[in-house]
Amino acid sequence: MDFNPTDDQRMLADTLRRFVAERYPLEARTRLSGAAPGYSTQAWRQLAELGALGALFDPELGGYGGGPDDIAAVFEALGSGAVAGPFLASLLSGSCLASVGGEQAEALLQAIIAGDAVIAFAHQEPGSRYELGRVETTAAAGAGGWRLSGAKAVVSYGDAADQFIVSARTSGAPDDEQGVSLFLVPAGAPGLSIRGYVGVDGARSAEVLLDQVEVGADRLLGVAGGAFEVIEKATGAGVVALCADGVGALDVVKDMTAEYLRTRKQFGQPIGSFQALQHRMATVLIEIEQARSALTNAVAAFGGPRVSRERALSAAKYTLGRVAALVAEEAVQLHGGIGMTWELPLSHYVKRLIMLDHLLGDVDHHLERYIALGRAA
Amino acid sequence: MDLTFSAEDEALRQEVRKFLAETLPPDLAQRVRLGKHLSKGETEAWQAALSARGWLAPHWPKEHGGQGWSVTQRYIWDYEKSLAHAPPTVAFGLNMLAPVLIKFGTEAQKAYWLPRMLNGDDWWCQGYSEPGAGSDLAAVKTTAVRDGDEYVINGQKTWTSLGQHANMIFCLVRTANTGKRQEGISFVLVDMDQPGVEVRPIITLDGDHEVNEVFFTDARAPVANLIGEENQGWTYAKYLLTYERTSMAMVGASVAALGLLKDVARTETKGGRPLAEDPFFAARIARAEIELENLKTTTLRVVAAAAAGGAPGAESSMLKVKGTEVHQEIRSLTRRALGPYALPYQPESLAPGSNAEPVGPDYAPGVTPAYLNSRKLTIYGGSNEVQRNIITKAILKL
Repeated sequence: MDFNPTDDQRMLADTLRRFVAERYPLEARTRLSGAAPGYSTQAWRQLAELGALGALFDPELGGYGGGPDDIAAVFEALGSGAVAGPFLASLLSGSCLASVGGEQAEALLQAIIAGDAVIAFAHQEPGSRYELGRVETTAAAGAGGWRLSGAKAVVSYGDAADQFIVSARTSGAPDDEQGVSLFLVPAGAPGLSIRGYVGVDGARSAEVLLDQVEVGADRLLGVAGGAFEVIEKATGAGVVALCADGVGALDVVKDMTAEYLRTRKQFGQPIGSFQALQHRMATVLIEIEQARSALTNAVAAFGGPRVSRERALSAAKYTLGRVAALVAEEAVQLHGGIGMTWELPLSHYVKRLIMLDHLLGDVDHHLERYIALGRAA
Repeated sequence: MDLTFSAEDEALRQEVRKFLAETLPPDLAQRVRLGKHLSKGETEAWQAALSARGWLAPHWPKEHGGQGWSVTQRYIWDYEKSLAHAPPTVAFGLNMLAPVLIKFGTEAQKAYWLPRMLNGDDWWCQGYSEPGAGSDLAAVKTTAVRDGDEYVINGQKTWTSLGQHANMIFCLVRTANTGKRQEGISFVLVDMDQPGVEVRPIITLDGDHEVNEVFFTDARAPVANLIGEENQGWTYAKYLLTYERTSMAMVGASVAALGLLKDVARTETKGGRPLAEDPFFAARIARAEIELENLKTTTLRVVAAAAAGGAPGAESSMLKVKGTEVHQEIRSLTRRALGPYALPYQPESLAPGSNAEPVGPDYAPGVTPAYLNSRKLTIYGGSNEVQRNIITKAILKL
């Protein structure tokens, strides 16, 4: 058994961490998040050159990684720096493109890997919550193409994207897993409107409205009505990424808090000398290791059969959601008032950890999914 | 045992409800419900409306302009106000300083400061915490040195809530360095409208400006503004904190927050059905509701015990711990209920007078900030760790 990353993964992670620490600090991220695109395009290109995007995809598709452990290595490094940018969006869209294949998809994937294209994944809707198969946006076939109408909610980096991969229903009931299709829609398409905003976690998102948006027949990605598996697979990769991002941030928060306990003095001694606080910090450490193991389980199950893969992914996201909230809240409490301030970098990690549970399914969603998948098995 | 309120108390409840229905503008209540920020003027106008009815400080004795309400009546009042989403009154003068003045102040101090509170002439803030004196409050370093009939004050206070609106601050200052640390502290009222006082904002993680740092550089306060005796301020400070903690049970605020949570859960959907009907989430709400119902009775039991013997003692620490944790849980569940729309950061929608179109449902903008802001509850007013220490020592005698 070997729980360690490969040398290549470790080197890439170290390079990314160093770059982020030296060249793309948190202050820059916060400063840039107020307006689209919400991140440094220069840093984005440099991170692409260092391999942050290529490592997410298979060598056959122009990448140099693509395994769940590669994804985890990249996102853990990004999480430890609380990095902003459309990494998750690129992973989700890129995964869809990799699944459907074909000339068009592969060309787009190469543009993503090079850092030349930002493609947002417009799947979630105002009423879908975290349910992957609930799609009310419709695509009607017409002369020479498709006409899309509907609303997409909290689309990650939707106001930075050149193009969108939009899920839309081509048949079936609103919650039918069959009948969902994926379309490529350019950001400037007539009838498409985008309202961007910054999120509590410092990343940007957008509401995307489609009002009779027309796209050509060639913009259908994959088989009409058969996108659910593609979406589930992309979401699985996204879950690995978010869990790894969380583990990276959790380690930083733990170190910051332990350091504060060592240095902050009250009643004439470091507050870390009080047993009531020591035990809570010990719990934080134990729970972070549990979260890391949950991620390891998901990575290990990623290449296996669907039910065991998806159960491990849900188990990991559930665990990360629970541990991230626990550690974030304990970190603020153990810091006291100073932990409540915007000025302290800790608070931005805390918000990122809390918001993790609002991306790609929260603890309840994944716990329920874990139970349902177990019942089916 | 009788858990019903007396006929007299129930009559007051009806009177309070009628007053709130007639006086509280619905749009103001709605903004409070959704966690939007009020301007200083809106808070002052609401306090003036309460004052006109004689209910700005109904817990004060009648001789000072209050109603002399019992703790039970006061509980009903606070509860009904919260339930109606009335703006909170600014507690620092009315609920914190006033009880200290009434118990320890001179006749002249009472006659001058108390009517000014009722008239809205002063906006008070609290000068307790310092960078090096948080949970360890007795470590205050800000000094007050006697110079004729004035004190000269130097030092820094922090976490000063709404200090940006205040013209007066009550401070714990060090007037002696001999003996025990608690023995050299005095309680002094300081005018903030002078060159030696500077207020700087602290922005909290939710992006809000609620707390401040206050710097004193040769600021002056007349010796007439000393409360009680010099170097005895710790006694008054502790008395005030006990009062503060009783209100920190937050029962009314938590009932109102639970109402919002249920509204959100009824509106949000999961699997095409209202989230409130989802067994997982319904169980989460039920657990919080049961805790809150228990806490209501715990609070009333402490209140009843206190009614017999003045201010409650260490039992108020129990209310603070449980009350803040219940409130945090409700805020956390509301954030969870909101799903993906907890993510957009929308401070512009919360600004006073804003009509900004929200991203997501109308209740979305306030939910995550209220959750983040609620994290302060277990830190301030003596952190919950400090409260547990008090319980351990004073009640359990460990």
